This record gives sequence, C-alpha cells and structure tokens, in this order.
Amino acid sequence: MSLLEIHDIHTFYGNINALKGVSLQVEEGEIVTLIGGNGAGKTTTLNTICGITPPRSGQVCLNGQDITRLPPHKIVELGVVQVPEGRKIFTRLTVRENLELGAFGRRDKTGIARDIQSVFERFPRLEERQRQLGGTLSGGEQQMLAIGRALMAQPRILLLDEPSMGLAPLLVREIFNVIVSLNANSGTTILLVEQNALMALAVANRAYVLQSGYITHADSAEKLRHDPAIIEAYLGG
Amino acid sequence: MIQKSQTAFKNQSPRLSINGLLNRTIQNPLRLIAIVLLVYILVVALSRLLGGDYRADQFARQLIFGLAQGSIYALIALGYTLVYGILLMINFAHGEVFMAGAYIGFFVITALNNAGLLVSQTLLALLITIFSGVIASVIVAVALERIAYRPLRNAPRLVPLITAIGASILLQQLFLRLFGVSTRRYPDVNLYAFPQLFPELGCATINGETICRGIDLIGGRYDVVVFGLQLRVLPIHFLVFFLALTFMAVLWFIVQRTRIGKAMRAVAEDKSTAALMGIDVDQVIVITFVLGAALAGAGGVLFALYNQQVSPFIGFIPGIKAFTAAVLGGIGNIPGAVFGGLFLGVVESVAPSMLGLSQQLKDVIAFSMLVLVLIFRPTGILGEVLAQKKA
Repeated sequence: MSLLEIHDIHTFYGNINALKGVSLQVEEGEIVTLIGGNGAGKTTTLNTICGITPPRSGQVCLNGQDITRLPPHKIVELGVVQVPEGRKIFTRLTVRENLELGAFGRRDKTGIARDIQSVFERFPRLEERQRQLGGTLSGGEQQMLAIGRALMAQPRILLLDEPSMGLAPLLVREIFNVIVSLNANSGTTILLVEQNALMALAVANRAYVLQSGYITHADSAEKLRHDPAIIEAYLGG
Repeated sequence: MIQKSQTAFKNQSPRLSINGLLNRTIQNPLRLIAIVLLVYILVVALSRLLGGDYRADQFARQLIFGLAQGSIYALIALGYTLVYGILLMINFAHGEVFMAGAYIGFFVITALNNAGLLVSQTLLALLITIFSGVIASVIVAVALERIAYRPLRNAPRLVPLITAIGASILLQQLFLRLFGVSTRRYPDVNLYAFPQLFPELGCATINGETICRGIDLIGGRYDVVVFGLQLRVLPIHFLVFFLALTFMAVLWFIVQRTRIGKAMRAVAEDKSTAALMGIDVDQVIVITFVLGAALAGAGGVLFALYNQQVSPFIGFIPGIKAFTAAVLGGIGNIPGAVFGGLFLGVVESVAPSMLGLSQQLKDVIAFSMLVLVLIFRPTGILGEVLAQKKA
C-alpha cells in the first residue's frame, strides 16, 4: 500500500476541466516529482490532495484511508502538509507566529517549542528574524519560513509547490539541499511540483509528467532525465 | 526603481513651500473645499468661544457624553471591522444584533426587577442582564452567519451585502411583530458603590440612622465643580466608557495573544493558506461573528441602561453610525474602530453647539464626516496598513 495514492481524479474550476483523470502514487520515504508546463494542473493536483479544490470524481487515499471528501484542516491533521506556491507567508504575522500557526493542530506545547528550535537550527536566519513580520523577509527567507512552517505540522508527506520559483540560482540550490536532507535525514516523504525540471529530476526517485490535465509519463527520475521527449519539452533541449 | 522615486521625492521636498501648496490647492478643487471648510469651522468655533457663546463647562459636559456615546459606537464598530477584516463584507445587520442584545436585556432586567433582585442584588442583576444581552446577540449573529452568509461565501461581494441589508430589515420586523411597536423602558437602577471614596453621597436616613452608600454609578446625577467648572456629572457615562475600554482590551488580547486570535489574523490574510495550516476556516469565521456580537450585545445593554428606551429600531441609527466610525478609523483595523467610534461620538456631541448649530444636525455632521473621509482619505484615518494589506 502506498502512503499517498491518487486514483483517477477529475477536478473542475466551474466548467473548466483542470484535471482529467490523474493517478499517481507516492511510497513512504520517496521523493516524487510532478513536472509540467504552465497550466498543466500541477498546483491543482496538490490542492485536490489537500482538499482545497475537491475533485468531482476520483479518490485520494492516505495509507489506504479515503481522504477525498475531508475538509483541508482534517487532511493536515492526518499529516499531508503543503508548502504552497508563492510561499504564502502570513505577511502581517511575525516569523515566530507563522511557525506557531504551522503547528495549529497540535496541542503539545513542549513539542512545539522543540520543533520551533529545530526549525531555527535548520534555518538560522529565521531565528534572527523571529520577531519581524513575515512580509519583511526576502524571497529566499520566505521560502525557508514556508518550509519551516510546514515542518511544524509534523508532516508524513510534504507537498512542495514550486519551491524554486523566483529565487536566485544559489538559493534554489540551497532549497533543494534542504529538500534532500529532509528526505535523507528525517525520512520525510516528499511530493515535489516543479517547473525547474532539471533540478527536480536530479533529486527525485520517480517522476510524473503532467500535461493539460493528463499524466503523460511516469517513470524513474533517472530514466526520464534521459528520455528524448522530456529533454525536448522540459529540459531545454 | 525605489531609489529613483526616493531621490525624486527628495528633490521635491524643498519646494514644499506655501507657493507650492497654493498651486496644488488651486489645481485640486477638492482640496480647496476641504481647506475652506476647515477654516470656516475654526473661525466659527473660535469666534463663539471668544464671544462667550460657547463655554468650557458646556464643552466638558458634551465631551463626557460624547465619550460614552462614542464607546457604544466603538463597541458596535468593532463587530463591523472584525467581520470585514475576515470576509471583506459589511454586515449591515450588525445594528440589529446590537438591538437584540438591548431588547432581550430589557426582558431580563424587567424580570429581575419584578423578582426584587435588581434592588437587593443590583450588581449581580446587572451582570446577568449584560450576560443575557450578550447571549442574545451572539445567537442572532451566529444564526445570521449560518443561514444568510455562509451559503454565499463564494458569491460576488455585492450579494452578501444586499443579503445583510435584507437580514437587517427582517430582524427589525421580526422583533416588531414578536414584541410590538411600543418603546419599552428599562427600569431605573441605582447601583451604589465606593462609600469610602464618596462619604457624603447616597445618604439616607432610615429609622433615625443615617447610612451612606456611596456614589450611584447608574442612576446618579451629581453637580460638581472641577477646575472651576460647574458640571452635572452622570457616573454612568464614565462607567460605560471604562467598561467599553475593558471589553476592547480583552478583544485586543484575544486577537493578538491567543491561538484563536492568531488563527483569525491568518484567515483574514489568506483563507486557503490558513486552511493548509490546519485551521478550520468556518469555525474561525463563526468565532469572529461571536466576538463581534458579544461586544455589540454588551454595548446594547449599556446603551439601554443610560438611554433607558428600547424598541426594534434602536439598532438602526447606532448601527449606521458605528459603520461610519469603522470607516472613519479604517475598516478592518481594530484600533481604527475604537478611535473612529470615540471620535465620532465626541464630534457629534461637541460640534453642534460649538458651531452654533441645532442639536438636531448632529447626524448631518456625523455623515458629512463620513463623506469627507471617503473623499480625502478613503482608507480611513488609521487605515494605511490596511491599504497595503489588501492592495
């Protein structure tokens, strides 16, 4: 049984059919990436998993449990945590408050304090700025805060939506290092949505390619990296 | 880009002379109107002050009354602002939520009066009355949210707005049909307190023995001389002011320091990201309505305690005034609502006689202020932060 299993989901925005039967699986401990162009439905897939845009048909299962119709806050409680596209930091809350909100569903005060400390160890910049408003952080710092905030929810599976978007190359590398170390050291399962297919395929075990609402390729990341069609379409020839 | 505009600003600032001001004023007729209006108000107020038509004791009395009235506005305005902050919607039925508190409070306080509790255990009876007013308001507000607003959560913004106006009329008519059109009168209440602080007040001779009970906080009227001013002071005005400030401080604490307050601020900023944090957005919205309604219900009972009259229509004008206050201070902004409420209360109490106008023009003054603020500072007096946030 896979940790996360999506079966044939169809999601609509009004009458617009954004996902036309997407299926994918993520096994415990994997890094799986979902790549594809603009408007392919990558973000919609994540939001459908999280319950923000529930599918019209199809099924989302976590460890065999059907979570398709659960409200978003219940899904978070089960350990499916998203780092949304564009980071979506609460700009008018302090860095520390942002992290505390990440742990909203938890009641164990000592555990929360400990986890805030470990986020600070991972991202020392956030500790320096813990009393600043989220909106005053730079793009890279906001991405770190978004990841830290998601970690506060103790995710079983972390969904990352375009973590490299709008960041300088050096920062992109840093963020990807964090993703790899989260997976390697903490054993966090990761579903990574990226436009930067090159980087994504370099760190992932397996990959799916999404195109206009359909999964067109599904294979190991290694194989897709050398697939001529993928190179042509997503890796810049 | 930013640096460029900064240098441009620097270059401009030395030219900020009277000449430049004059030029821009001529170019912008609105500004001209504002300046003319301001000068007119100043001249009239000064001439009346110097001519002896307007006296300092008048001012002091009106200021105190204005602060009491203003704190009621502020309590209601907070409900508008809280809901707006989260749903970007004006809950025009909020005045009726206030009315429900005052009206149900009337039944409770009358029952307590008939039972004799209002005389024997005045403080307890008042607390029960305020509490039941709060409960009544909360029930009305939660029902509103559940029945009228939640189904329209994703509708265009105009739809819930019109619904709110409909709900306001519906509630007025409902109370009218249920309880009749006649104005009800709150009983007279005497709450004596602090006999040590005010040893000469509230004295009564019973069986040849004189007992002094201190100051009457609710029904008392006292003539005092402060700084040489002859004043008639109603302690209820101070009581309302301080109670309102206390409630607001509690609200501020909830919003800034508690878990649920943090969730409210998160939902106000971004609902779907808040949901991704594990926040139950619907629940937070209900709590927001509850908090706003609780303040309005408490305000309703306090208002009725010094105004004494309640009818199904008492929510309408204070509701609109409080909305004005919320906009004045910058809607969505909690300190703004408090400031706007107090400011509006004081201005409409002080301005008519300071400017030598009829007292009946106070509503004209209040709403003119709304229009002026909307023209010259659409984000409200303290509304800068909000403008950034929603931009």
